[in-house]
Amino acid sequence: MSDRHIRVVLAKLGLDGHDRGIKVVARILRDAGMEVIYLGLRQTTDSIVAAAEQEDADVIGLSMHNAGHLTLGPAMLAALREAELDVPVVIGGIVPDADIDELLASGVAAVLGPGAPADEVVTTVRRVVQGE
Amino acid sequence: MSEPTSPQPTEAAEPADARASWLAAYQTSKLRDVPFETMSGVPLEPVHGDPPYPGQYPFTRGLHAAGYRSRLWTMRMFAGFGTAQDTNARFKELLRAGGTGLSTAFDMPTLMGRDSDSPWSLGEVGRAGVAVDTLADMEDLFAGIDLSGVSTSMTINGPAATLLAMYVVVGENSGVARADLAGTIQNDILKEYQAQKEYIYPPRPSMRIITDMVRFTTAEMPKWHPISISGYHIREAGSTAAQELAFTLANGFAYVEAAIAAGQDVDGFGRRLSFFFNSHVDFFEEIGKFRAARRIWARWMKERYGATDERAMMCRFHTQTAGVSLTAQQPEINIARVALQALAAALGGTQSLHTDSFDEALALPSEKAARIALRTQQIVAHETGVTNVVDPLGGAPYIEWMTDEMERRAEAVFDHLDRLGNGSILEGVYAGIDNGYFVGEIADSAYRFEREVNSGRRIVVGVNDFTDGAEDSGTTLLRIDQSTEDLQRKRLADVKRSRDSVAVDAALARVTDDATDPSINLMPAIIDAVRAYATEEEIADAMRVVFGTHVEKAIV
Amino acid sequence: MNVRSLPVEQLVEMSAAGDRRATGRLLTIVERGGPDADHITELTHAFSSRARVVGITGAPGAGKSTLVARLIAGLVADGEHPAVLAVDPSSPLTGGAILGDRVRMSEVESVAFIRSVATRGHAGGLALAIPGGTRVLAAAGFDPIVIETVGVGQVEVDITAAADTTVVVVTPGMGDAVQANKAGLLEVADVFVVNKADRPGADDTRRDLELMLELSHVTGQEDATYRPPIMMTNSLDGSGVGAVAAAISAHRLHLVESGMLADRHERRARFEVATRIQARLDITVQEALAGDDSMSLIRAVAAGQVAPTTAALSIFPFSPVL
Repeated sequence: MSDRHIRVVLAKLGLDGHDRGIKVVARILRDAGMEVIYLGLRQTTDSIVAAAEQEDADVIGLSMHNAGHLTLGPAMLAALREAELDVPVVIGGIVPDADIDELLASGVAAVLGPGAPADEVVTTVRRVVQGE
Repeated sequence: MSEPTSPQPTEAAEPADARASWLAAYQTSKLRDVPFETMSGVPLEPVHGDPPYPGQYPFTRGLHAAGYRSRLWTMRMFAGFGTAQDTNARFKELLRAGGTGLSTAFDMPTLMGRDSDSPWSLGEVGRAGVAVDTLADMEDLFAGIDLSGVSTSMTINGPAATLLAMYVVVGENSGVARADLAGTIQNDILKEYQAQKEYIYPPRPSMRIITDMVRFTTAEMPKWHPISISGYHIREAGSTAAQELAFTLANGFAYVEAAIAAGQDVDGFGRRLSFFFNSHVDFFEEIGKFRAARRIWARWMKERYGATDERAMMCRFHTQTAGVSLTAQQPEINIARVALQALAAALGGTQSLHTDSFDEALALPSEKAARIALRTQQIVAHETGVTNVVDPLGGAPYIEWMTDEMERRAEAVFDHLDRLGNGSILEGVYAGIDNGYFVGEIADSAYRFEREVNSGRRIVVGVNDFTDGAEDSGTTLLRIDQSTEDLQRKRLADVKRSRDSVAVDAALARVTDDATDPSINLMPAIIDAVRAYATEEEIADAMRVVFGTHVEKAIV
Repeated sequence: MNVRSLPVEQLVEMSAAGDRRATGRLLTIVERGGPDADHITELTHAFSSRARVVGITGAPGAGKSTLVARLIAGLVADGEHPAVLAVDPSSPLTGGAILGDRVRMSEVESVAFIRSVATRGHAGGLALAIPGGTRVLAAAGFDPIVIETVGVGQVEVDITAAADTTVVVVTPGMGDAVQANKAGLLEVADVFVVNKADRPGADDTRRDLELMLELSHVTGQEDATYRPPIMMTNSLDGSGVGAVAAAISAHRLHLVESGMLADRHERRARFEVATRIQARLDITVQEALAGDDSMSLIRAVAAGQVAPTTAALSIFPFSPVL
């Protein structure tokens, strides 16, 4: 599958308003030729599921800076399962190393830590999409 | 904050007169009881260079004739996590360690006007700050702390009126009159639409609430600063130093125009404003920014807004080191970054300072990391000697050029906003929020920086170069687990069970009624609702039905 | 279940039964083009004129997304099941795109269907994807279908103009009305909206539009019995949006009563059929140019040895009328 057709839904789940990182990631993915459906701030698991369905997303990217990833990550996956939607979820933002294994074990496809360089972001998204 | 001890000439004085009046002001200043000499015993002059001197309009060189010789900056450490009891303990620890002011970080639901039991709050209760739902939490937060003896800063914006009301009632219940409460509430809603994104209502109703708070505090809380105009979050969102300076001061002009339009006296109101800047890692650019901020603010307040009281022309500011500059890689080296940023803030003449903890790129500050951060600024204040001479870099060609350059860049932004608003900065700021000007400019700058780092043209130590030693350092992180959320929800349920629900409903109905009438000040109704133990979200909803909500356009 | 592995026949059935994953997937296939997309078109062609189609266009920053969001919210409140195809440009450099129009429509997305579409650089693709997507949505039970495009570029204008009702959005100041005229939007408008009418200059913009309409009326329009209304909306409080919805309905009523709705449907059908033929011809031309003989003829033209007219006829024999 060529990048031209990779469609990424990017969102902040919950109330956390730190959107510098997600905006930078949106541009990185666009510049890698992907189509970014940008939901931005204040999304719920329901709104992300609706967007993923309607936009036929290849991958969902969540940006988290609120230390709530261990609660919200699994909540997102549960909502996708509930909707019978098979779309991989990538989490980026402030996630301590110690939490990464737990997130991956819960079904998150990949975790991008703070300061992940652009090429790592792009290759991770490609890998996750192709690996489904 | 201390005020000048004697009147200063506002017109450009002859050099000899300027020197004489500076000396008079210096000599009447109460100095700290320390030797003003180098480590080796070399005695030091309080100031070098040309007029205007520190304490003289336009205050480029500082607000006070004696600078840090009379009074060091306030070492104000931002703290908040978990439940109110958790943060109360941290507050007491910081006061014991020599902190001189409290600064409260609220969790995201509190900042957004949501209760801990709201579905929106899932996973965010007590994580990034302390959870406050009702007056009961505020009482716990300040339990055992004498509110007449501390100054308290509260970093909150969208629901600021409710949190101020809670503080007032906590004071009253502990025997401290509202007139004796000292502190600052951030309450800078404009930068929320531009950068931090913690808004509830659309801009214009939000400005009405702020104007009500300004009126209320002016009349009843003389020691309270009702707005802290904040560039910090603009910078953290990715702006340049010049954009931080320009957008922040433009927001300040907007509040001044709104207050003047509401019939407030510019001198009375101007004295009560304070600012909050970021201290980032480009050393001289930061110092130039701080100096330019004082000069621009003084000139605009005097020349454009007609202030005649010099205290209303003074740009007083708090500074925080740049959280966004901290790296998750090799986190201990952040201590060095914070030290340099703290030094820049001191050389720029800040009135108060928060130094970030080295582990903040990973998690909330641990107690040890917070203590090291406080120690870092204590070293700058007490060991480096930079506090012995006022504006020690003033007169150096590079620093004066940088100050001028920051000012030029800011003025270009003011021109743009002035045109956008047809001669009103306030309208220009509204228009810039509506058309995505601020958000777009900030996103462009953030992306440019990331590209430079990615391409290796800009080195970030430990991230894209000098990466040896990046293996896990075993830093102990502060973890807030899900039990905090469960505990806070239970506490809220208890409060809701025990309060008089008829009184709550009546108080909330009055908030809604008052919101529909712009001629009524909202504060009394909000204070009564707080007293009845209405929750923060209930009070926000009572206004939301009148004011609506703000949804941001997707500008990336 | 992963809908991606299912055959298109099954997806069309699921979509008609209300499975939004299937509808989303069908739109992706249609957007990509190719044999599966053509198959979907064959399975859904009966829906070509079934749903009401509204095109909304205007310059970037005119407030289209907000207006569309409010129109859709009104439709949902009235018990309708609308869908939106929100078209935004792809980056010409990288082919990527950032699509942000959903943000303002999140309140209605459980009833309405909102799909973001990138132009993907190639004009013919979009001109086929939009009618194909419209049909998929109609077959899934959505009606009306709103197509939102940036009013720059001929293809976007053509696509919007192929709607039953075309709404052109302008804003006060900066010669917006004049720009709209230059872009060819005036001719295609059935309803004008002066958005952000709370701003200074709104009345001037309205007068500009009236004047231009007056002129074009004199020079002759296709339908002398209909004059496009100019609606004023306030971007701050949303006032005037109800009147825009009413104007769209009134235009539709006019089309039905005057019998011109069938003309519009035929116009849209002609546009789609012509686009398909053109797309096919483009491929044929590229194939004809790719041969070795063609390459040597082209080189000869470049060297001044052969006339381009002769070369063209030699590579692709056609009647030399042009």
